Amino acid sequence: MQRFIAVRVLQSLLAILVMSVIVFGLARISGNPLDVMLPIEALPEDYERLTQYWGLDRPYHEQYVTFVTKAAQGDFGQSLKYQGKSAMGLVVERLPATLELAGFALLISAILAVPIGVLAAVAKDSGWDAAAKVVALLGQSLPVFWLGIMLMWIFAVWLDWLPSSGRGGLKHLILPAITLGWFQVAAIMRLVRSSMLEVLDSEFVKLARVKGIPEWKVVWKHCLRNAGIAPLTFFAIIAGVLLTGTVVTETVFTWPGLGLLVVDAVRSRDFQVVQAVVIIFAFIFILCNLLVDVLYAYLDPRIRY
Amino acid sequence: MPQLTSTRTLPWYAIPWVVDGWRQVKRYPLLSLAILVFVLVIPAVFAPWVAPHDPYFGSLSNRLTPPIWQDGGTMEHILGTDKLGRDMLSRIIYGARVSLTVSLIAIFVGGIIGTVLGLMSGYFGGKLDAVIMRLVDISLSIPTILLALVLVAAVGPSFGTVITVLIVLLWARYARLTRGETLAMKERDFIARARVAGASHTRIMVRYLFPNVVNSLIVLATLQVGYVILLESTLSFLGAGLPRAEPAWGVMVADGRELIVTAWWVSMFPGIAIMLTVLSLNLLGDWLRDHLDPKLRNL
Repeated sequence: MQRFIAVRVLQSLLAILVMSVIVFGLARISGNPLDVMLPIEALPEDYERLTQYWGLDRPYHEQYVTFVTKAAQGDFGQSLKYQGKSAMGLVVERLPATLELAGFALLISAILAVPIGVLAAVAKDSGWDAAAKVVALLGQSLPVFWLGIMLMWIFAVWLDWLPSSGRGGLKHLILPAITLGWFQVAAIMRLVRSSMLEVLDSEFVKLARVKGIPEWKVVWKHCLRNAGIAPLTFFAIIAGVLLTGTVVTETVFTWPGLGLLVVDAVRSRDFQVVQAVVIIFAFIFILCNLLVDVLYAYLDPRIRY
Repeated sequence: MPQLTSTRTLPWYAIPWVVDGWRQVKRYPLLSLAILVFVLVIPAVFAPWVAPHDPYFGSLSNRLTPPIWQDGGTMEHILGTDKLGRDMLSRIIYGARVSLTVSLIAIFVGGIIGTVLGLMSGYFGGKLDAVIMRLVDISLSIPTILLALVLVAAVGPSFGTVITVLIVLLWARYARLTRGETLAMKERDFIARARVAGASHTRIMVRYLFPNVVNSLIVLATLQVGYVILLESTLSFLGAGLPRAEPAWGVMVADGRELIVTAWWVSMFPGIAIMLTVLSLNLLGDWLRDHLDPKLRNL
């Protein structure tokens, strides 16, 4: 167990390190990192300042050490688009909006997926099951960004029920959260279905039925409680996927979170903000993956490295 | 269909034609094949002959013409025009070409890299195996979209950028799959005999191991085409894929985003093209998997 966790932690550190090398290397891919880091309209002072700041007149390995040391302290440089703000400051400022969206999307997808998955398992091979399969297939085939725009068209433009973009109250959350959670519904549903099928077949369920416990109670209480373990660990993966999925959803709905920040930064060539967001996102994503593996190994002792 | 004829009364959701239609679609991939041919293959191969207009140029006086069945629609532009007056249908047709080219190149190159590394990893084992498998783990744990965003921020959007991103993402699955199958295979008698007969390592890998994994690889590749098309269009939508002027489906949906109040058709139709393509590719992939290689169920 300890060995497994240790290996996984090391591996995660390595992955983050690789990500930092990629970001570092890509900034220098064209020869002069200043070309990448600065937009065309940058002033000579900016060039001077950045060279000083990142030690760009030094050899590459020293530059990398500078980069990693600063990054480890949360220092990714200054934003060029938003004058006077640090890249990390922007990240901290935007993070709550993204967490709010991702959290709500997770909630919605769980509320939708668990009942559908349970029903699909109980009524296996029925029309209900087939319909659930179609939903799952659609979930994998619909482009998320397109779904978002269509929802916006129907509910904001056409019916005028919900606001089309921006952040505000609960009403602003609904469309982006459905868009973001949609893809996950399919995944959770299939997982719930398959683990429910396994449990429904087991002895204790038969015993419960024989004892005369009402069927709804057998399904929703006895079975679901036992079938819930696998999907539960899956939620951590989903949290990671959702977080990076916010990049697309936030762009569609101009939701002022990290995803929109990074896309805007790419468009205006604000590279220091790009690298800050990417490293932070990668960090969270990899951390989620690590958490899943550890949790899983803890719950299922058969998994060994 | 035993459960349909059972004594239980049918609940409202167990509509027979849904169940039945679904089975037919599952059993014969004809419908998905037909959709693929008409939405993806024919447009992609014959784009210059099929497309009624130039996908890159339009006249501004025709801009935002609605599709034919709406007020103001014309025969000239069946699916309407975008904000630069370019014909939507022609752009969607050329978009099929873009999607198909990008995904095929990416899967082909990524597949070759992954297969070669996987064969070597499984066959030679040892340190090489350890190194390659760590690389696979790392590559699978890097978030896709972020990698693409950094790359585009550094070198700008282009065909090359998208394909590079996709290859970096795709190779790992092929490597993992090939390695697994190779490991199971290399202890078998026929490999030992080939070895005794004096076959070189390269020959064993190419002539004896590769043909035995090729089925699984084909299934994986088919299942991935849809995923790759989806990924490419997502990247293009974000401005991190193909350049703004290209008639790529993702770019077109992005163009329509700001126009959603006035011109819904600009983002609607390319999205439908993506959905139909990916949906039928997924169905086809499922079918192929069940027939060629049932053990890949959990891929």
